[in-house]
This record gives sequence, structure tokens and C-alpha cells, in this order.
Amino acid sequence: MKPTIRYWALLAALATPAAHAVEYRTVLPKQSAISFEFRQMGVPVAGGFKRFTTQMVFDPAKPEAASARIEIDLASIDAGSVEADDESAGKLWFDRSVYPKAVFTASQVRALGNNRYEMRGTLTLKGKSRPLVVPVTYRPGQNAATFDGAFILNRLEFGIGEGMWADVATVANEVQVKFRIAASGR
Amino acid sequence: MTLNTRYTTPAIVLHWLVALLVFVGFPLGVYMHELPLSPTKLQLYSYHKWIGITVLLLAGLRVIWRLTHRPPPLPDSVVRWQRQVSAVVHGLLYVLLLAIPLSGWLMSSAKGFPVVWFGVLPLPDLVDKNRELGDLLVGVHQVLNFTLLGLVILHVAAALKHHFIERQPFLQRMGWSKQEQL
Repeated sequence: MKPTIRYWALLAALATPAAHAVEYRTVLPKQSAISFEFRQMGVPVAGGFKRFTTQMVFDPAKPEAASARIEIDLASIDAGSVEADDESAGKLWFDRSVYPKAVFTASQVRALGNNRYEMRGTLTLKGKSRPLVVPVTYRPGQNAATFDGAFILNRLEFGIGEGMWADVATVANEVQVKFRIAASGR
Repeated sequence: MTLNTRYTTPAIVLHWLVALLVFVGFPLGVYMHELPLSPTKLQLYSYHKWIGITVLLLAGLRVIWRLTHRPPPLPDSVVRWQRQVSAVVHGLLYVLLLAIPLSGWLMSSAKGFPVVWFGVLPLPDLVDKNRELGDLLVGVHQVLNFTLLGLVILHVAAALKHHFIERQPFLQRMGWSKQEQL
């Protein structure tokens, strides 16, 4: 590659964020995912949710003004097996006929540097709301940026798996939740 | 000349350990799969898988031992066709004792549940998660198990027949007593 081209490419790359700050509002559902992993009898079981909606506004120049709201359709669960999917709908788990959705609302976003942010908010699940702090990594991209976050959800805080299922020796209390939200900017 | 009428001690120990595990693991498998989902069911599945992997390990050792150690000769009363059937049945028993745990391990992998031996040692997944393959392997596991059940009945019946009906010294071949019971 000729040095001049490299020079202009470098200049363009450096100039872009400053030239026009990007604001991310349009979420790309097909490139977004919410997954989780938990242990039963010491065995890792992977699952996720296929349907969820995300509303968000994020401008890397003004992270403190960011907002986000994620609504998860709990009926779209993959809990590792058909049997577990069916079981999770019941009263002891999500009690889905009463609480069909999980909702996370971000209330505060703080920049930690290096495209890392701390998102504080509230998770509402099965009628219980609990504060949640999630580290999020922002990756700007050509067409879309991605926001990756992960946190540990203690299922018993939300009454997920009550009664006979409350025994954490069989199904662990800790559920590792991961999400990736892809959004295009303007 | 000393007449060797017993299998070697390691072969005998392995035979009875595997027999014990099969006699626990088989009914456990039949019972657990009908249960509605519950913590008990998850526990029983885990115990069943731990037993199965242990059988695979012990049966593997047993086959290696069998290939390197000659079993005691059969009594003269055992006729030619019985010797042939015996060889086939023993061969199939060894194959099934390896194939059944393997089919269970494959099933577990295909269903997306890794096997963690005794809840401590994670074993590699043999295949990727695949619902159709998982369902197919359920059938394979069942057929292999009921074949094993049939062969075990035959195996036990033949040993008892030789010993008690033909009154030939037979059970000591796999017995604990080192004394000749002639």
C-alpha cells in the first residue's frame, strides 16, 4: 500500500469520531442476543431468550445521557431442553401467565475508559425489582456498534425456582447472563 | 499339574463391580426417564451418568485384561455348540458394556448436557447439540440395554444350569473362594 493512502486512511479514522458524534438509537435484533448459563448437578447448561425488544440511546460523546430499556419475552426461553422450557413457565419458576416479561431499565451510565462503561439500572422479574450494575463494552463498527454486557443473576433474589427448586445444590443460584445489543448509529 | 478353575482375581473383581453397577444403573435408567422434571430427577440422571461412565472405564479395563489373560478352561461337560454360543455371548457382553455407556454419553452430548463425572470431572462432548440425534440415541440406548438384559439372563441361566443341574463346578470360576470345589 502506498504511504499516502495509508496516511489518508489514518487521518480519516482519527477524524471520524470527532467530526460527527454518532448516536445509537436503532437496535438490530438479528445481531443482538441474550444468553445465559447455569449449573445443575455441576453440569453447565446453556440457554437464552429469542425474543426481546431494546430501546436505547447512546452517544459515546455523552455517555451520561444514555438510556436503555430491554424487555424480554419469557415465553421465548431456551432453557436447555423442551422439558425445562415447559417447566420454566410454571409458578415455581417465572410464573409466566402472571409475569410474562422481564424488564431492565438503565438509570445511569458511567464511562470507565477504553470503551468500557458501567450501566446501573433496575431489573424487574416475577414482580420483583432489584438494582443491577452491569459492565458494558462498546465496540464501534462500520455499520453497527455492539454493546456487550455480562452479569451474575442470583435467581433466588427474584424467586426464580421456588419450593423444591430452591435447593441450590441441584440447580445453582448463580446464573451467568450475557447480552449483546447491536445498534446502528446516525 | 495344577488345574486353573478360576478367572484371575482382577477379572473377578472387575466382573462383580461391573455387575453391581449394571444392576443399579439399569433399573435406575428405566425408572428415572418416566419421572416429571424435579430436582430428584436431575440428581438421578446425574447418578445414572456417573455409574455409566464408571462402567465404561471398568469394562474397558476388563476387556484389556481379558485380551491379555486366558480364562480358565470350560469343564469337559460343556459341549461344542455351547462353547461357541458362550464365546459369542461373552463377546457381545463386552461390546455392550462399552457401547451402552458410550451411547448414553453420546445422547447426553446430543441433548446438550455435558457429562460431569461425579459432578467434578467434566468430560468432553462427543457430538454437538442436535435434537434429532439425541432422540435417535435414546432409542439406540434402549435397544442396546434390553439386548444386554436378554444376554445377562442367558449368561446367568447358563452358569446356574452348568453348576446346579449338570452338577459341574462352575460358579467358582467367578467366585471368591480359592478352594477347589470339585
